[in-house]
Amino acid sequence: MTVGAWEAFVLIVRRELVLSFRRPEQLLQPLVFFLIVTTLFPLGLSLQLSLLRDISPGVLWTAALLSSLLSLDGLFKSDADDGTLEQLSLSGQSLTLIVVAKTCAHWLVSGAALVVVSPIVATALGIPVAAFATMMLSLALGTLTLSWLGAIGAGLTIGLRRGNVLLSLIVLPLATPLLIFGAAATERAISGSSAVGAMYFLASVCVFTCTLAPLAATAALRITLE
Amino acid sequence: MWTWFYKLASPPYVYGIAAAFVPWLLSAAALALCYGLVAGLAIAPPDYQQGDAFRMIYVHVPSALLSLTIYTVMAAASAVALIWRIKVGHAVAAASAPIGASFTLAALVTGSLWGRPMWGTYWAWDPRLTSELILLFLYVGVMSLRSAFEDPARGDRAAALLAVVGVVNVPIVHFSVVWWNSLHQGATVVKLGAPSMPGSMLWPLLAMWLGFMLFYGAVLCMRLQGELLNRERQALWVREAIKS
Repeated sequence: MTVGAWEAFVLIVRRELVLSFRRPEQLLQPLVFFLIVTTLFPLGLSLQLSLLRDISPGVLWTAALLSSLLSLDGLFKSDADDGTLEQLSLSGQSLTLIVVAKTCAHWLVSGAALVVVSPIVATALGIPVAAFATMMLSLALGTLTLSWLGAIGAGLTIGLRRGNVLLSLIVLPLATPLLIFGAAATERAISGSSAVGAMYFLASVCVFTCTLAPLAATAALRITLE
Repeated sequence: MWTWFYKLASPPYVYGIAAAFVPWLLSAAALALCYGLVAGLAIAPPDYQQGDAFRMIYVHVPSALLSLTIYTVMAAASAVALIWRIKVGHAVAAASAPIGASFTLAALVTGSLWGRPMWGTYWAWDPRLTSELILLFLYVGVMSLRSAFEDPARGDRAAALLAVVGVVNVPIVHFSVVWWNSLHQGATVVKLGAPSMPGSMLWPLLAMWLGFMLFYGAVLCMRLQGELLNRERQALWVREAIKS
């Protein structure tokens, strides 16, 4: 029985989503981590709300990057360990399609979930409601880009015992432009000025990684799987 | 016509070339560096604003240029190794990475030592400085990824892919002073049009840059010999090369 590319894509995404919802703790842990890290900053700095608002974009974005990184480790690892990934790669579908499907599913359960939770954190950090739309859109673009960068890193570090630390070392340097422009967009939105420039940059980086990262991630998997 | 290119894929041939190049490269580097240092540190006039502190550029600018050049060489060698499965490419990339990381560190350290009297701070979160720091992290990532695999061939290819991906940072570092309003001064030498620097200051700088390039070539050849011997230690030619 042959399955069309689009059908295979949908099947893989659905499988990933079902798996994540069967183990809700895996879904929730990065989000709880996100909440806790953002809580630590006000506690450690004991700032007034007005001062907190100044550092909130940086805090929000750093926490978002770190919590997305937490879930990246599992992107290919469990499937590679039990042989599912090998079977998928032998299924006759292109490996790139599988990588794209898995990464999209990963973004849905990590990045998109984080975007949904972010207004709570933003309120706690004193970010005005008027800035929410820009902040959430920038986070959506940023986490999607990060999922793609992370797919490359996760593909490269699959078989490694201390892969988790190495994954951060590989992905975080590449992700710094996201932090800079994402925080800049959020900051602009908070101060009420136009965030268009930074948003365009985030969007272009997102398109750039969406186009090229699947190829790089596929190449990474080919290297580590064979 | 392409035979010289094919020959470059053969470890014993490259080992021989590297061994032959080292003395030439080293002596040429010594000449260029001697002229550059004497002319730059003693003969060139002090800057009208910075005084003698500007002489930091004779180490700083070549190091920073080399940090980018070596990354590009490493990425190109990695791409060649990945695409055509040429093992010598991995050896060149592995030999280049620590040299490049050292030059990146040198550029950061000399820059911050110069920044203290001139900008009033050792470090500023400026696009040029930050992207150069990211370059250092990329070097470290590539080196640690290579050594993280138990199977060296797999480590080589994983590191090669990361090096190729990381090449997006090279234009960011180079154009950071153009794209962003930066504390770091803009392009002075490597740009379209005439350099904005008088010849008495420029020539020593170019000599230093040439000297650094030659020095990199020499160190690369030496490290490459070591890499090739280690990688090909089962091969017959290694036994003969060590005997002779």
